[in-house]
Amino acid sequence: MKLNDAVFGFLLLILGITVLVIVQDYPKIPGQQVGPALFPGLVAVGLCVGGLILLVRGWLARGSTPWLLVDDWIQSPRHVLALVVLIGSVLFYILVSQWLGFLISAVLILTALFRVLQLSLARSVLIAVIATLVIHFAFYKLLRVPLPWGVLTPYAW
Amino acid sequence: MMDAVLLAFAMVFDPYTLMVMVIAACYGLFVGAVPGLTATMATALLVPVTFFMAPIPAVAAIVTATAMAIFSGDIPGCLLRIPGTPASAAYTDEAYAMTRKGEAEKALGASLVFSAIGGLFGTLVLIAAAPSLAEFASRFSSFEYFWLVLLGLTCAVFITSSKPVKGLITLFLGLLVACVGLGNPAGFPRFTFGNTETMAGIGMIPMMIGMFAFSEIIRYVLDTKPSGEIAVEKVGNVLRGQWTLAKKYPVQILRGSSLGTLVGALPGAGADIAAWMSYAMSKKFSKEPEKFGTGHVEGIVESGAANNSALAGAWIPALVFGIPGDSITAIIIGVLYMKNMNPGPSLFTNNPQNIYAVFLIFILANLIMIPLGILCIKAARRILKVPRNILMPVILLFCMVGTFAINNTLFGVGVMLAAGVVAYVLEANDFPIAPAILGVVLGGMLEENFITSMIKADGNFLAFFSRPIAASLAVITILIWVTPGLLALWRRSAVRAA
Repeated sequence: MKLNDAVFGFLLLILGITVLVIVQDYPKIPGQQVGPALFPGLVAVGLCVGGLILLVRGWLARGSTPWLLVDDWIQSPRHVLALVVLIGSVLFYILVSQWLGFLISAVLILTALFRVLQLSLARSVLIAVIATLVIHFAFYKLLRVPLPWGVLTPYAW
Repeated sequence: MMDAVLLAFAMVFDPYTLMVMVIAACYGLFVGAVPGLTATMATALLVPVTFFMAPIPAVAAIVTATAMAIFSGDIPGCLLRIPGTPASAAYTDEAYAMTRKGEAEKALGASLVFSAIGGLFGTLVLIAAAPSLAEFASRFSSFEYFWLVLLGLTCAVFITSSKPVKGLITLFLGLLVACVGLGNPAGFPRFTFGNTETMAGIGMIPMMIGMFAFSEIIRYVLDTKPSGEIAVEKVGNVLRGQWTLAKKYPVQILRGSSLGTLVGALPGAGADIAAWMSYAMSKKFSKEPEKFGTGHVEGIVESGAANNSALAGAWIPALVFGIPGDSITAIIIGVLYMKNMNPGPSLFTNNPQNIYAVFLIFILANLIMIPLGILCIKAARRILKVPRNILMPVILLFCMVGTFAINNTLFGVGVMLAAGVVAYVLEANDFPIAPAILGVVLGGMLEENFITSMIKADGNFLAFFSRPIAASLAVITILIWVTPGLLALWRRSAVRAA
């Protein structure tokens, strides 16, 4: 997925200016001319300059380079679905795993990914369950990471 | 000093540590051999596990895993023409050409034996150079550290990437990420937006897992061209003929190892760049350059040694200054801080047994590479047949749980997602990622030394050039900044004159 450099340049310029605006309110170290605003301020100036260079370069090259160039995967619905499921799985895990519990969330996520990567339903569920139990054992029992039980709390071991 | 060395032996030859090393070796060999899984990914994924170990076994696990992964990346390169890790990409075509000629054993054997030799050479340089450099570094004050970190970041941008502007931009992005949180000389919460999670800063480990592991998973999922068929059924005795090769190419081995160690020691330049430079050098200085590309083992000997010696070389600035020599050591520095083995000259003076233990681990890892590597080569067919559509989702789950495990918060998982997507988009648009990592890892150190120096100098910037070592480092840094610009101007005036 390639975007024209000018797009990145523009975004970076906005980012740099935003940072400069935010750090204006930062106090100085008492008795010194330097403060917590100095370093991010300098970095933001660098981002603005870099962004400007990219913006100018991209704009000058707009005849020869397209604004957006997508790779072949966008034409394959299977690959697009796979990407959606991938990002969706992580978001699902962040939002839902605490109350649904690790075991159920993980099995659902793995099954969804296996299916979208063209495994049969039976194999997907089987490997999902095995992998979840192994990872749960490794992290919960061996490394003592507090993976959430969620709705399975009454059956916790 | 002797009791520190003996103590180091006791720590390393402890049964738990040895067991950890063997398991980590198998893990490293597996990850390196599977295309799509990189050595840096292996390290990043190992961190949540080593989190719960004592310092020496933790370091042992990471050193062993990465040394093995850099070697085993050669195996699919040779048999499938797909490099297992970026460090093997330089000589993949050469190795595959050798396999087509029926010389797969020779190619694999060469990469195995000379990787081990390169690794040992790099380790020897590390053992010799690090303590003396540490002695030199103990005279450093904030001015010297400031210029040194700036020099390191400059190298990372100008030497390793072909597009300095894009490299500088990713560097600044990394530095900006490092600014988030309370960790600044004034202790003032920056860019936290009232969120308690961000007060500690953006976690480096979730970011690394996101940038190296999650972005690879994205790449895999979007890959429309699946990989090829394995070229050879059975691989014979890989050690046969290796001694003859060693006698035939001693200069190449030495040259490859030295270049590798040097490039590894340069911040931001790691095993992959070392391998490319070494292969190019090998071709240039070879007595038979026309044979390169047709299946000639000389290039493999030299660059196989280079990429493994780069691993040891990268530890030199990492241990002595806390400046990572490559992405793997960037992650390792984070681990060292977590284990209270803060890099710097004090590491060599206050608990030298830890340093000797690290040296021993390096030597041991490169020695066990040979027997375990042979086993791995024998098992190669089975490893390469592991279906990636099963492996990748499981790795995703491992990533999510691993990032959760660092701080027991889901914020880390969110950071992983964001970092992975951003890294994928940036890399697809030719923005180099290495400067961003260095920016995140070194941003705090750069700012702290800058602000401290400014306070000491009372705002007078000229004080940054007042001390001799600081001034020399400053001159080198500024030279690297202006040389590309000056060269371009000089070339343009030469063209006009002609």
